Amino acid sequence: MIERYEIRLSGSGGQGLILGGKIIAEAAAIFDGHNAVQTQSYGPEARGGASKAEVVISDNEIDYPKAIQVDLLLALTQESCTKYSHDLKKSGILIVDSDAVKELPRGDFKVYAVPIIRLAIEEVGKAVVTNIVALGIITKISGIVTEEAMRKAILKRVPKGTEELNMKAFETGLKKGEELLAKGK
Amino acid sequence: MSENSEQTMLMMQGNEACAEGAIWAGCRFFAGYPITPSSEIAEYLSRKLPLLGGKFIQMEDEIGSMGAVIGASLVGLKSMTATSGPGFSLKQENIGYAAMAEVPCVIVDVQRGGPSTGMPTLPAQMDVQQARWGRHGDHSIIVLTASSAQETFEQTIRAFNLSEKYMTPVVLLLDEIVGHSTEKVVLPPKDSVEIVNRKQPEVPPEEYLPYRETEDLIPVLATFGTGYRYNVTGLVHDETGFPTNDPEKIEKQIIRLSGKIEKHRDDIIQYKTFMMDDAEVAVFAYGSVARAALRAVKDSREMGIKVGLITTTVLWPFPYDVILEAAKSVKAIIVPEMNLGQMAREVELGVRNQAEVIGVNRVDGNPIPPVQIKEKIKEVV
Repeated sequence: MIERYEIRLSGSGGQGLILGGKIIAEAAAIFDGHNAVQTQSYGPEARGGASKAEVVISDNEIDYPKAIQVDLLLALTQESCTKYSHDLKKSGILIVDSDAVKELPRGDFKVYAVPIIRLAIEEVGKAVVTNIVALGIITKISGIVTEEAMRKAILKRVPKGTEELNMKAFETGLKKGEELLAKGK
Repeated sequence: MSENSEQTMLMMQGNEACAEGAIWAGCRFFAGYPITPSSEIAEYLSRKLPLLGGKFIQMEDEIGSMGAVIGASLVGLKSMTATSGPGFSLKQENIGYAAMAEVPCVIVDVQRGGPSTGMPTLPAQMDVQQARWGRHGDHSIIVLTASSAQETFEQTIRAFNLSEKYMTPVVLLLDEIVGHSTEKVVLPPKDSVEIVNRKQPEVPPEEYLPYRETEDLIPVLATFGTGYRYNVTGLVHDETGFPTNDPEKIEKQIIRLSGKIEKHRDDIIQYKTFMMDDAEVAVFAYGSVARAALRAVKDSREMGIKVGLITTTVLWPFPYDVILEAAKSVKAIIVPEMNLGQMAREVELGVRNQAEVIGVNRVDGNPIPPVQIKEKIKEVV
């Protein structure tokens, strides 16, 4: 029974975070059978600027669709980490791109620093799948959505012809997430 | 089971749910000019309408779009356009024409903030009075709103039904949060959805008067090309549709333009109440803010505060009677809105001095969070 779980994906416009949010929401709502709402906030520019997507997952009806107290924050840029970490829950999870985020917010939460963009380039071959690598890490670390539901949702939402690349990105993220969890213990 | 008696569950954005609702209602013509945060409605229909034998046209601008929508409706197609603030302003002249000529059509405005180009990507509810009063000249109009993707789907269908029933443009006012939230939408069995189609003349062409005054005050406009000839104009006209300067006929038409909607308020108005029975304070909210208000009311109830909620999907005609009824038993009505108090003015009219009206207003491009409403509730109690 999920009371209310809030995920915020943040970075800069063009990093695919809104698509990432939609994938988590679809995995949770359609394939795992919970309720989920994905909302977004972005600037007028097509690329750059701080951008965020939020997903609220619950087994109750979701009244307020935006995040109130974030359980898990992903930050791919320093700007988004600084701007969007203020309402991260006590003992919440913060996942940052360790190449981009050097200054961590103070607070009582679990931090996972991973070179996510570098992982996408070096292990999958393309920076464009950074968002899907991040989804793999989030899936493992949060445990809030099932891996199977995520795979289905990714395949449903990514452009035709990129399925294999995106699956590789997701598996790369899962593997990294597992390593991080093991290290945490 | 056939496809028509099954329900389907989909993950949809509010804007997509709007476009899908339009298709269900029978919309087969869209003309528009893409604009954030409404563009997904145009995108969706540009893919789907041609597959259904419908037409999608990206016009040169919003003025032309609205003209095309009126023309398409007169030849019998259920027609719509979708836009945001700046485009909504441009469409007003032709919306007035549709109101005057009594041509059914649906105009979706996914509100952004501020005058002019304002805040393209940020949420607001600053067009609620413009939707009602954006055109010159006395006339009534129906304005609907929604607070979720599911409600957007349903209210889009209702917008078409009401426009066909009352022969009027209907505005569907969404806000950026509703338009851009992706959530579960349950599409009901097709055969369970009521679809209204405009009436056609029951008399032969030689006896036909398009704007003949009937008991329900609603004209019967024959679809162009079916053998019925009549004139369509933005000038004040008589029963034939030709311009008139006869004071008696002028008065009749102007009064009927408002009367045909006001007379049917009870059929049009829809509202919901939550925990109002023993409430000492009420919150009145619409659009995405209704969801923040619901959360605030639930949280306040947990703290033992007797507060209730009134929400509506019909902004115009405004449910004054519902407000008055509530005002008799509460000491204050709190009206949270993402503007400087536009619908609070109507609530003020509705309460007739029997309760205090208190606004919670936000115009900085941020949504109103539940805590902001909760604090006001605490303060008032």
